[in-house]
Amino acid sequence: MEIDPFIFRLSIFILSIFIGYYVVWSVTPSLHTPLMSVTNAISSVIIVGAIIAALAGVSESVFTISSIFGFIAIVLAAINIFGGFLVTQRMLQMYKKKKDKKK
Amino acid sequence: MISSNLSAIFYLVSGILFILALRGLSSPDTSRQGNYFGIAGMIIAIVVTFLSIGNFSISLTYVIIFLVIGGAIGAFIAFRIPMTAMPELVAGFHSLVGLAAVFVAIAAFLNPESFNLGNIGDIKLASLIEMSIGAAVGAITFSGSIIAFLKLRGIMSGAPITFSGQHILNLLLGISIFVLIFYLCKTQSSNIFWTVISISFLVGVLLIIPIGGADMPVVISMLNSYSGWAAAGIGFTLENTALIITGALVGSSGAILSYIMCNAMNRSFISVILGGFGAEGSVDDTKQKKDQKPVKSGNAEDAAFLMKNASSVIIVPGYGMAVAQAQHALREMVDKLKKNDIKVTYAIHPVAGRMPGHMNVLLAEANVPYDEVFELEDINNDFANSDVAFVIGANDVTNPVAKTDPKSPIFGMPVLDVEKCKSVLFVKRSLSPGYAGIDNELFYKDNTLMLFADAKKMTEDIVKNLD
Repeated sequence: MEIDPFIFRLSIFILSIFIGYYVVWSVTPSLHTPLMSVTNAISSVIIVGAIIAALAGVSESVFTISSIFGFIAIVLAAINIFGGFLVTQRMLQMYKKKKDKKK
Repeated sequence: MISSNLSAIFYLVSGILFILALRGLSSPDTSRQGNYFGIAGMIIAIVVTFLSIGNFSISLTYVIIFLVIGGAIGAFIAFRIPMTAMPELVAGFHSLVGLAAVFVAIAAFLNPESFNLGNIGDIKLASLIEMSIGAAVGAITFSGSIIAFLKLRGIMSGAPITFSGQHILNLLLGISIFVLIFYLCKTQSSNIFWTVISISFLVGVLLIIPIGGADMPVVISMLNSYSGWAAAGIGFTLENTALIITGALVGSSGAILSYIMCNAMNRSFISVILGGFGAEGSVDDTKQKKDQKPVKSGNAEDAAFLMKNASSVIIVPGYGMAVAQAQHALREMVDKLKKNDIKVTYAIHPVAGRMPGHMNVLLAEANVPYDEVFELEDINNDFANSDVAFVIGANDVTNPVAKTDPKSPIFGMPVLDVEKCKSVLFVKRSLSPGYAGIDNELFYKDNTLMLFADAKKMTEDIVKNLD
């Protein structure tokens, strides 16, 4: 019997949860704030869905009800993507090691 | 135009890059590289989406315009935001992910053809379930994060808001969401779809209002987790691997952070979520004790003298330091101490501040090298061998009652053994109890010197006196 493609996606999902579990436990506690901002940025990959929605109703008009929701979602997700990655970068730049100061 | 198989492989690549982005955070040295992996993954995902749709009409121009608008707003916020405002920024960003998930689900519901999910009124059953779960979780994330944002920003009081029957109401609303999704699948009625989303917005608000300010580290982590599950739900709807992988990663990341935060407070996740902690309690009791017990208080000069004659100082920062923006003054003080060959380290409790890692970021901002900053379990034994503990803006996380009094609400919570130091300097504006609403025994110990002032002002005064 053929396997439903849903099962494949479910497998990816479950395995990713395990990957996430082990990867996140290895994150050093001092970087927990950047962890939150970067997870926030990457979860905005939901923009993919927003783009599909926005590019949908083409033949008649650019702006249908459905595509308008898509366009707004693009703006929201884009704020997150740029904001999330840039603020993470800004934070990570600040983490410095002790400089060897000769007394 | 690229085939859907090829684009699926690219989405997988971008998912893997996201995993590497999180992996990089295992050490500050590799973290910047990790962030670049994350950015690369995002660019791949977006470009592949454009190519696989293959629609280069006027719509694409609009998509890019909106992308640039959002990007400009995001970049502006990222550069302008002060580091002390990081908790509310993250809460605000979570709300945007939640709302984006809701909107994508709505778009898919209104125009299922463009997502290959069937036709209006005849959407594939699995897709309908996935998109309504995605929309519901997204809506909860959105409204919950807005409340968290308002509380963190101080627009709304951080005090828990409780009313009788709250938990029953939440439970009923939660069940009704599931019942409605069931009927949605049977009838495909758009009215039910809108109702599910509206109830979910309400649930988000109700979930967060009973939770008090100092439990915010758990709330933010929890909302982080929700935003991941919402993304995963939408990922299943869109049959998109990158979204499914990312959603799972973010979901488990937030869940782990919530777990770590709950552990650090010795409270169960359930009890945090039910909320109301610190709303009532032993406040009257505190007032009585305050009158009875003597407290030694000092000024900046005394503090400077004590520290100058010490050979090792441990600094214990807390939320009060963030509020007073005292991190730069603190760093100046430490520089002076180091010039006198005094060993200075920082001890950070996992729930110090309003979000996981909050204190670390603030200290990093003030140019404190990260190898001088230690977590609770790494430094707790050092207090016994140190001369001075300088507690700035922390309270409950140093309270020895957590180790001695089984009746205390914070009993069993891991605390910093500050009292084992030869002397303790406690910068605080007043003797008022901390978030848990209980008195801190440390205030009345013989070796404690209270420094009643604003954290920044006091630190600056100490700096002057160190010369």
